Amino acid sequence: MLAYAIRRLLQFIPTILVITLIIFLLLNVLPGNAALMAAGDQDHNIDIHYIEMMKKDWGLDKPIWLRYVLYVKDMATGNLGLSFLRREPVRDLITDRLWPTLKLAIMAMVIAVSFGIPLGFFSALRQGRWLDTFTMMGAVSGVSMPQFWLGLLLMFFVSVKLRLLPPMGYGDGNFINMILPAFTLGVGYMALLARTTRAAVVEILTADYIRTARAKGLSELLVNSNHVWRNTLVLVMTTAGLQFGALMGQTVIVEKLFSWPGLGSLLVDSIFQRDIPVTQGCILTIIMVFLIVNLTVDLLYGFIDPRISYK
Amino acid sequence: MARTNLVVGGLTTLIIIIVAVFAPLLAPYHPVDDADLMVSDEPPNNKFFFGTDNQGRDILSRVIFGARISLSVGLISQAFNTLIGIILGMTAGFFGKWWDDIVMGLTNIMLSIPSLIFALAIMALLGPGLLNVFIALGFTNWSYTCRITRSQVLSARSLDYVTAARALGYGQNRIMFTQILPNIVGPILVIATLGVAYAILLEASLSFLGLGVQPPTPSWGGMLSTAREQLFTAPWISIFPGMAIFITVLGLNLLGDGLRDILDPHITKQK
Repeated sequence: MLAYAIRRLLQFIPTILVITLIIFLLLNVLPGNAALMAAGDQDHNIDIHYIEMMKKDWGLDKPIWLRYVLYVKDMATGNLGLSFLRREPVRDLITDRLWPTLKLAIMAMVIAVSFGIPLGFFSALRQGRWLDTFTMMGAVSGVSMPQFWLGLLLMFFVSVKLRLLPPMGYGDGNFINMILPAFTLGVGYMALLARTTRAAVVEILTADYIRTARAKGLSELLVNSNHVWRNTLVLVMTTAGLQFGALMGQTVIVEKLFSWPGLGSLLVDSIFQRDIPVTQGCILTIIMVFLIVNLTVDLLYGFIDPRISYK
Repeated sequence: MARTNLVVGGLTTLIIIIVAVFAPLLAPYHPVDDADLMVSDEPPNNKFFFGTDNQGRDILSRVIFGARISLSVGLISQAFNTLIGIILGMTAGFFGKWWDDIVMGLTNIMLSIPSLIFALAIMALLGPGLLNVFIALGFTNWSYTCRITRSQVLSARSLDYVTAARALGYGQNRIMFTQILPNIVGPILVIATLGVAYAILLEASLSFLGLGVQPPTPSWGGMLSTAREQLFTAPWISIFPGMAIFITVLGLNLLGDGLRDILDPHITKQK
C-alpha cells in the first residue's frame, strides 16, 4: 500500500512537468510584445531603450527554454512570478482567490453526490418505472443544460421574482450567497453522476455474485446494501474524480456569472488584460487541484475495494 | 427507450440543421442590419415573437442565425477532434511500442486538463474570434476518440479478418484504414455525436465569457452574455438563446445515447 502510494506520487511529478510545459509554451508564444504590455503602455512611440530595460527586468530577453527552466525552478519553491499589471506576486493573488473557488466546488460536489448517486442507484433498481424514467430524463437534460443559462434563470426567478436569495456577489462569504452558484455548478455534475451510477448498477445486477447472493437466500435489502452498493461506489468514484476536473473548469463560468471573486474570474480577467503570469498561475493551480483530487481518489480505492492489489 | 432516444434526438437535430441551412428564408428580419433603436427592448409581441434586444434587433432572427454558428463550430471542431483521435489512436494501437507510450501519455495528460481551461488557454494565445474558436475546440477534445480507437484496434488486431488481410499481403496503412476502420466506426460515431454537443456547449461558454465569437455576429452564448446585464429590465432576452442551446445539445445527446444503445453490442446483450 505504502509502496503504491509512493509510486503514484512519483508519477505525479512528470505529469505536472509536461502540463507546465504545454501551458508555458501555449502562453509564451503569444503574439504581441509582452514587455510593452508589462510596461503598461499601449503607446507605440514608447522609448526602445525602455522596452529593452523592461524585457531585462521581466527576464523576457532570455531564450524560451531557459525561461521555462527558471519558471519550473521558481514554481518548485512556490514562486509563480509577478503580475505584469499589478506587480504583485501571482502566488498572493491566487491564494486570495483559491478558497472561494474551492468552497464553491466542494459545495457543488456535495450537492451533486448526495442527490446524483442515490437517484441513479434507485433508478437502476426500478428500471423502467416512473422514478427511473423521470430521473433519466432529468439527467440527460441536466447534462445538456448550459450552466450560465440555468444560472440566469435561477437568478431571475429565485432572486428577482421571489426575492429569496441574493442574485450575485460573495457577500462576506455567507452561506446564503453560495446557494445559487453552488447549485448552478452542481447540476450538470449531479446529472452525470446519476447516469453513471445507474449504468454501473445495471451492470452489477447482472453479475454472477449477485445471483449467488440471491441464491443463498439473502434478502433483497441485504443484496442491495452489501453487494450492489459497495461495488457501485468503486465504479462511480472514478467518474466522480475525473469529472471533478470538469467542475473546476466550469467554476470559470459560474464565477463570472455570479460575480464570485474566485480563481475562475481572476483567470478570465487576466486573459483580457493579457497578464500572462496570472493566467499561467491560475491555469496551473486549477489543474493541480484536479490532479490532487484524482490522486486522492486513487489512494482511497484501497480502502473501498480490497480486491485492488497495488502492484 | 433506445428507439425513442434515437428518434427524438435525430428529429431534433434534423430540425436544427434545417433551421441553420435555411436561416435567411426563415428569419423575419436581418440578424445584424435590422437594428431599430425605436423598438429596443420590446417584450415578445405579434411583430417580434421573441422580443427585441437593446439595439432593437429581432431576437428570433438572431436565434435562428445563431444556429449556423453553433452547428458549424460543433461539426467542424469535432471533425478535427475525430480525425486527430482516429489517427493517433489507430497508429498507437497498431504499431504499439514507444509510439503507443507517447500517445497514451499525451492522451492521459489531455484528460487531466479540463477542456474549458485548455480552450481558454488557446483563446488567450490566439485572441477572440470565430476562426480561433474552431482551432481551440478542434484540438481540445480528441482524447476520448483516441482512447476508444486504440482499444478497438487492439482487440481487432488479432481477429481473423486482419490476419487474412495480412496473408493477402495488404500493407499496414491499407489494413488500418480499409479493413479495421470500417469495423470500428460505430463507437467512434457515438463519441463524435456527443462531442458535437459538447463543442457547442464549449463555444457558447467561450462566447458567454466574451472570448469566443464576437458581436455583432449572432451567437447564442454571446447573446446570453449581453442578456445578463439586462436580466432585471428585459429578462426575455435571456430565455430564448439559452433554450436554443439547451434543445440543440439535448437533441444531440439523445441521438448519441440512442446510437450507443443500438451500436454497442455490450449493452444490447444485457437487455
